[in-house]
Amino acid sequence: MREKFKGFSFLIKDRLTTMATTMMAIFIFSAIFGPWIAPNSKEGAGATNVDNSFIGPGASHILGTDELGRDLLSRIIYGARPALLIALVVVGFAAIIGTTLGLIAGYRGGWIENVIMRVSELFLSFPPLLLSLVAVTFLGPGLVNALIALVISWWPWYARLIRVEASIVRSKPYVEIAAAMGVPDRIIILRHILRNVTTPLIVQIAADLGTVILAAGSLAFIGLGAQPPTADWGLMVAQGRTVIFDQWWISTFSGLAIFLAVLSFNIIGDALRDHFDPRIARQ
Amino acid sequence: MKVVWNRLSSALLVLIAASFITFTLARVIPNDPSLAYIGPKATAADAAKLRITLGLDQPIPVQYIKYVWQTLHGNWGYSLSTKQPVLQEIIDRLPSTIELIFFAMSFAFIFGVALGVYAAKYRGRVQDSVIRILAIAGVSMPAFWLGLLLQLLFAGRLAWFPATGQFDIDLKYEHPISKVTGFPLFDSIITGNFTATLNGLHHMVLPALTLSAYSFGLLSRMARANLLEVMSSDYIKVARAYGLSERLIFFKLALKNALPPIVTVTGLSTAYLITGTFFVEQVYAWPGIGGFAVNSLLSIDYPAIMGITLLAAVGYLVINFIVDLIQAKIDPRMWLR
Repeated sequence: MREKFKGFSFLIKDRLTTMATTMMAIFIFSAIFGPWIAPNSKEGAGATNVDNSFIGPGASHILGTDELGRDLLSRIIYGARPALLIALVVVGFAAIIGTTLGLIAGYRGGWIENVIMRVSELFLSFPPLLLSLVAVTFLGPGLVNALIALVISWWPWYARLIRVEASIVRSKPYVEIAAAMGVPDRIIILRHILRNVTTPLIVQIAADLGTVILAAGSLAFIGLGAQPPTADWGLMVAQGRTVIFDQWWISTFSGLAIFLAVLSFNIIGDALRDHFDPRIARQ
Repeated sequence: MKVVWNRLSSALLVLIAASFITFTLARVIPNDPSLAYIGPKATAADAAKLRITLGLDQPIPVQYIKYVWQTLHGNWGYSLSTKQPVLQEIIDRLPSTIELIFFAMSFAFIFGVALGVYAAKYRGRVQDSVIRILAIAGVSMPAFWLGLLLQLLFAGRLAWFPATGQFDIDLKYEHPISKVTGFPLFDSIITGNFTATLNGLHHMVLPALTLSAYSFGLLSRMARANLLEVMSSDYIKVARAYGLSERLIFFKLALKNALPPIVTVTGLSTAYLITGTFFVEQVYAWPGIGGFAVNSLLSIDYPAIMGITLLAAVGYLVINFIVDLIQAKIDPRMWLR
């Protein structure tokens, strides 16, 4: 049993990474079991209780309550689910689309490669996030549209990364021999090339999860992401913004949740990169 | 020269494509853009008439060519919400945003590189760990949240800095800034309007700090990693073997060769700041493009959105181009590529 988990020892390789792993475990646990662990699951899900509005952090509500009297801790626990879901779905789709196109471009070369790479370059010629902002505006604000908009601007990074890796692998002798022996392209791509690009792919995915949470939070903050009454951290920061100088806890704690989630993803991403690429880690 | 030419031609291609993407996006709005223009009370006949005036009844390719023609001639359309020419809105607001980006970037560059170098020098020690945590925190911090926190603490509780705006509101009556270049803070300096300069710098601190967090994190990590890589290379070992002083090796030999990737990252993170200003300006009510962009997005002000998107793409290109030029200056091998 111990042997089985040895490969994951990088998750606790130093104090900082252990802390990040613990924090991530808490977020994942909240995302799955939120309704059962939230102090007030009805309010977490959006039920209002205006008699209790703007109670400061204290014994009755550890993190206080929001404008509509909802227990902030419950809302933040409920917010873990959309945040992690967005990260997984956006990175997942971007990785699938980008990897597929990158593999085709890198393996096939020629005009197909040219077309795919020109199109991805085009998407990459906008400042990060700008295309998502514009797309979600025209699609209409909302969680699902924000997801689509983020995928639109995220897949080209994967296409570019995987193409480079794939074209390196393609020129390796064993791949050339396989092709000469008449192994179908499909099999070569899946069996030989995909397998050799998994490491950079995993490292990139790990690095992107946090960035996507940050991006989705930004969209929600300006009102283009999740809409009320969804318990979304970015949205909650925006809701607390108007009362920041008096009821400081709403924006502060909701934003802290984003920060901690992104931070732990980034630290774990770093650990993963070092794990796979010891050349960098040695430094 | 070939590099420059290649860059310019591919930049042109990107611009054409960028204009096409923004144009297409604006055409796929579920609701008719003409309705946004005349408001909900208009009759169907009004809408039809307006569609003809705006040219929305023509085939899409014709509309696109017209759009490009108009854009090239400085006619970027009228903002639906302010009813002013989009280009004018942009020209009025761009200087404030550029000033903000300039200060944020300078801050991020100076502190990012300095702390990165410092961390490399003390690798594995406490200083290194602290800087590492600062850097990761910088790239993990939502800018809008950091902005609110700084506002809460330094503008609200401590009242050390103003919470919003680029200047005090009554400044324009008491010490008006005469317009020379259109860059307010810069103009206040060259016209010797000392009060306004001080006031502007005072207002600059919190927004610039907020905007710089991400770039700071990126730059300090990059500076550290590159310096360490260079320090482990052969020529440094040779220099050591010759008995050159550690200080000379570190600052004269290593730093110079660690610079090119740092320049690249500086350019990259400046590009990040373009969208970063959207959120920071929103929080600090900064009179720049970013706040205007957010308002345009929220009100589906499509001529303004198209203008801003195009401007951002151009800005991105220009930054990348400048980075390449600096790169070529530092590392002449690039001219051969």
